[in-house]
Amino acid sequence: MNQPASAYFIEDRHDPNETHTLSVLVQNEPGALARVIGLFSGRGYNIESLTVSETESQKHLSRITIVTTGTPMVIEQIKHQLDRMIPVYRVVDMTLTKRSIERELAMVKVRGEGEHRVEALRLADAFRARVIDATTESFVFEITGNTDKINQFIDLMRPLGLVEVSRTGVAAIGRGPEGM
Amino acid sequence: MSDKSHDPNQMTGAAMIVRALIDHGVTDIFGYPGGAVLPIYDEIFQQSEVQHILVRHEQGAGHAAEGYARSTGKPGVALVTSGPGATNMVTPLTDALMDSIPLVCISGQVPTHLIGNDAFQECDTVGITRPCTKHNWLVRDVNDLAKVLHEAFYVATSGRPGPVLVDVPKDVQFATGTYHPPRKSDVHRSYAPRVKGDATQIRKAVALLANAKRPVIYSGGGVINSGPEATKLLRELVEVTGFPITSTLMGLGAYPASGKNWLGMLGMHGTYEANMTMHDCDVMLCVGARFDDRITGRVDAFSPGSKKIHIDIDPSSINKNIRVDVPIIGDCGNILGDILQVFKAEAKKPDVKAWWQQIAQWRARNSLYYRKSNDVILPQHAIQSLFEATRGKDTYITTEVGQHQMWAAQFFGFEEPHRWMTSGGLGTMGYGLPAAVGVQVAHPDSLVIDIAGDASVQMTMQEMSTAVQYELPIKIFILNNQYMGMVRQWQQLLHGNRLSHSYSEALPDFVKLAEAYGGVGIQVHKPADLDGAIQEMISVKRPVLFDCRVAALENCFPMIPSGKAHNEMLLPEQANDEATAKAFAGGKALV
Ligand SMILES: Cc1ncc(C[n+]2csc(CCOP(=O)(O)OP(=O)(O)O)c2C)c(N)n1
Ligand SMILES: [Mg+2]
Repeated sequence: MNQPASAYFIEDRHDPNETHTLSVLVQNEPGALARVIGLFSGRGYNIESLTVSETESQKHLSRITIVTTGTPMVIEQIKHQLDRMIPVYRVVDMTLTKRSIERELAMVKVRGEGEHRVEALRLADAFRARVIDATTESFVFEITGNTDKINQFIDLMRPLGLVEVSRTGVAAIGRGPEGM
Repeated sequence: MSDKSHDPNQMTGAAMIVRALIDHGVTDIFGYPGGAVLPIYDEIFQQSEVQHILVRHEQGAGHAAEGYARSTGKPGVALVTSGPGATNMVTPLTDALMDSIPLVCISGQVPTHLIGNDAFQECDTVGITRPCTKHNWLVRDVNDLAKVLHEAFYVATSGRPGPVLVDVPKDVQFATGTYHPPRKSDVHRSYAPRVKGDATQIRKAVALLANAKRPVIYSGGGVINSGPEATKLLRELVEVTGFPITSTLMGLGAYPASGKNWLGMLGMHGTYEANMTMHDCDVMLCVGARFDDRITGRVDAFSPGSKKIHIDIDPSSINKNIRVDVPIIGDCGNILGDILQVFKAEAKKPDVKAWWQQIAQWRARNSLYYRKSNDVILPQHAIQSLFEATRGKDTYITTEVGQHQMWAAQFFGFEEPHRWMTSGGLGTMGYGLPAAVGVQVAHPDSLVIDIAGDASVQMTMQEMSTAVQYELPIKIFILNNQYMGMVRQWQQLLHGNRLSHSYSEALPDFVKLAEAYGGVGIQVHKPADLDGAIQEMISVKRPVLFDCRVAALENCFPMIPSGKAHNEMLLPEQANDEATAKAFAGGKALV
């Protein structure tokens, strides 16, 4: 590559990007989430999805699930960068364990009449989505599943009068008896 | 109920801060007062165990604390007020983060009930400093203060050292609570830096080293941070193996410059022999360095044929820029000790005679060559003269940032660690003068010299006043080329010689300036007068501004041009216009 006039060396690397789901166990204290998010924005990493909630209130532990994309070297960096933060206990790459379950919940509002309404209900049934609100001209469906399933459902609702979607982002957990 | 008024651990937050400093062995702090830290200043006034050095700008306090830390191996402490006091600390905190310097900054904050109200001199200090500290805390309850302060010292000094900040609202400083001395449970359970290296990895490393034909040791600031034991072990490893050793800017002094296996510094302005040895080696042992972009040159052409061993206490340094074959996570000293033990028990000294012959040929290129003159002082010559004049003396060197910094690294020989204080990672102009103040506070009887540039030195010149006040006889040795030389060099090489704003217009008269501060000014123009003037500078026991007028257009070589590999260095004798133009040929996009 022809290097532009610069004090920096410009790298011309094209490793393919991968998507990984990371589970991060942190001390639930002020600023902990800001630290994690600041790391991603400051170092230019991607956040595809991020969910946080306290999971063990006695121990003040929160679990953060992050879906991120990057080259294998960047993904490795992200894990190390997270791991060295003072309030972080553990970082587990759920994608590498190959034994994890990922779920998202979405609420999907659809507005329509006649055939569209019937079709929407039929599809919801096929996807095991529940009706959690209904008016004569609308439904709100609740659906859980992995990201692909939810994307697929939303795509199908689009021509049937999709109004809006609210999603929780991905939560992940390992299969089998062991904890993280 | 016990009578709390007689409990010696009952005290105000402000008193706890001073008490914690004492409990952590702090004898000197650097600071600047203001509304939000007045209770702490009141406590400082009423005791004599901790000496407070009043700087002239908070940035100066931060860099002074850095200089103090780097020259002693102990944490440096700075105390600043809220708002502008805290924002002025951002540069030194970032500097310390990049160079892994243990720093504890205590900042005042507006009272808790006003936080978030845009109160007078309020700023989101923990928010602003979150990305430029290893960790930071806002203390909302006086009963948390002791724990946080102890943890702050632990975090700053353990693992990969770095800066921390504790933000203390004014009402917490006034409030009374319970203090406790440092204890283990003060630290987050989630923070446990790894010290000991993995035994299997250590065996793999030794196997590589024992069979190396063309080895090199590349050491960095981590060895110095690890402490005197690591330096000792590094020297022993070089002795036992007979391997050549080079080091980063941050690592100078861990191996003595007079040592027979020393190749000089590596990287962008490193020696030809160091960079060629790196490029052609078959086994590289990287100890406490991080494959920074000033070191590697073009990444995909970096030492293409070598097996790489990387020792670092910070796992995030591994495989960040360069993929390595044998990573070993842990403390340099600890791991060097283990490597030596296994090596001595199981390996014999590899035969590297042929490799040294090759290195001798590279060395013969004399890559630090420069043309001396009888009419004008060459900056390289000035550094060499300074080095000769200080040989055998108890000397500490700080620098600013620019060509003079690189020349200092190239031409001043460091025999011991902790003697060289320079802003490597952040490249902060204005670092050297306040850093020298900090070094001199820590070593009152030593010779402390800031090798400075005419532009850099003006960034924190006000600390001359601090030096005069505390009778700190620092020597500011200005290589005055009347240019931002390093900027000009890049403009000459990369921007068609259009010298946009890199000329030092309207320079002050440094001699008069020194006198105005109550210091001593010395100016020298002629090579023949240089040695005498340096002797005068050294013998004066007051702060000195030494205005050394040097050849204005001298540039810093050798150099790895951008986008080039270690074996494509531009040597001084080749650096004519045509060769330079060719070496830097490329597009003109600005990045
Ligand atoms: C705070 C800061 N601003 C800008 C720069 C960019 N910079 C790097 S070197 C340099 C010029 C330094 O000039 P001088 O101190 O005279 O040193 P010389 O290169 O001439 O030896 C500049 C502006 C910097 N490193 N730090
Ligand atoms: Mg200059």
